[in-house]
Amino acid sequence: MKAAPFAYHDPRSVEEALHLLATLENARLLAGGQSLMPMLNMRVAFPDHLIDLNRVEGLAGITAEGGALRIGAMTRQRDIEESPLVRAHLPLMAEALTHVGHRQTRNRGTIGGSLCNLDPSAELVAVATALDAVLDVQGPSGVRDLSIHDLPLGFMTPSLAPEEMLTAIRIPLPPAGHGAAFEEFARRHGDYAITSAAAVLVLEGGRIARASLTLGGVGAGPLRLRTAEAALAGQAPSEALFREAAAACGSIEAMSDPQAPAWYRRRLAATLARRALAAAASRATTPARQGSLA
Amino acid sequence: MTEAPDATLAVILTVNGERHAIRVEARRTLADALRDNCGLTGTHLGCEHGVCGACTVLMDGEPVRACLLFAVQAQGRAIRTVEGLAEGGELSPLQRAFIDNHALQCGYCTPGFLMLGTAILDRDPDISDEALVDALSSNICRCTGYANIVKAVRAAAAEMREKVPA
Repeated sequence: MKAAPFAYHDPRSVEEALHLLATLENARLLAGGQSLMPMLNMRVAFPDHLIDLNRVEGLAGITAEGGALRIGAMTRQRDIEESPLVRAHLPLMAEALTHVGHRQTRNRGTIGGSLCNLDPSAELVAVATALDAVLDVQGPSGVRDLSIHDLPLGFMTPSLAPEEMLTAIRIPLPPAGHGAAFEEFARRHGDYAITSAAAVLVLEGGRIARASLTLGGVGAGPLRLRTAEAALAGQAPSEALFREAAAACGSIEAMSDPQAPAWYRRRLAATLARRALAAAASRATTPARQGSLA
Repeated sequence: MTEAPDATLAVILTVNGERHAIRVEARRTLADALRDNCGLTGTHLGCEHGVCGACTVLMDGEPVRACLLFAVQAQGRAIRTVEGLAEGGELSPLQRAFIDNHALQCGYCTPGFLMLGTAILDRDPDISDEALVDALSSNICRCTGYANIVKAVRAAAAEMREKVPA
């Protein structure tokens, strides 16, 4: 249970990190290390070079930016969980983070590391998907935007080129008064979820103006339930409506692994989706009707 | 940066206020370095992949898993281990509470629970029962069944509250 030898690099700037990434063979980036270090210790991963991002300037921090929150890739999960900006504007993320590992691991784990590790059950991946996050991906030729929906290429495989790195996550703010909820089932609190559901509802005039429903842990990547979302739009929220929308989870393609068979994940998904939708609706407040355009 | 993968690096660790100048391979975890290079064997290693919490230490006051950090990453940070809890030969209130409440049996998980409990009490002495159980659930004990550990943290919190005038 000890990592195999590797050459260690600790760049101080993004440019230096990118240069190392582009010139070294078989190099891995080390963010918070809460998933990579177990993989190194168990020798599931054996890079020749480890590029430690922990001393790189400017990769951590949370700022409000033109209708979105920008979260630096190296921002610790604990700092996000406790951020007043996140609690006020992205309650879904704050709630989901309480399920991410434990206090010790959240003190080190980062949002960028979580997204790039892309575990099928990772809460932050499901939340970023539910909230339509846009990623800043930096490479030798500059920064490009990458939609979270285009991030997963397959099981734990982000669509980043070997010489690219994630530097920030931008999340468009859902309107004030939206309701959000995160539900998951794990064998032990803090373990990876067997299945999770994230719901965001925007109500207008007592009806659902916009719905977002995402499942985690059912397949290789997060699953946005677009058909169910479309069916919810325009409807008045009710238990029956949510039960019907969640029933769509009964026919999704789900994976089987030693923790749970596919049929069990489908049943969990339907229950968790229904609960998440109901909780989101109960937390949403219909904004006062606008008399005229302000 | 290292040239060869098995080269050793000069690292200065500050543990319980004491400076330790050591040489370690980059792949050495903080837990390994504390035990083997600094001779501080109070920090225990259980699973070495971040599940059991036995190796919990405080880094700049916050609990972290010492098996999920490389020693070289801890340079310049203040590390506190179980050896740093007693002051002037006197056990900390939490350590005494563990004895009084039979919160340990074999003792393997104890240093990790003590460091986690210390961090919890430092930060949130009035923590709710539910939040305390949740926070302690990150560490595994295979002997006592946790109830006595929760009781000990509660007892220490009460004692520390009495000592500190409001």
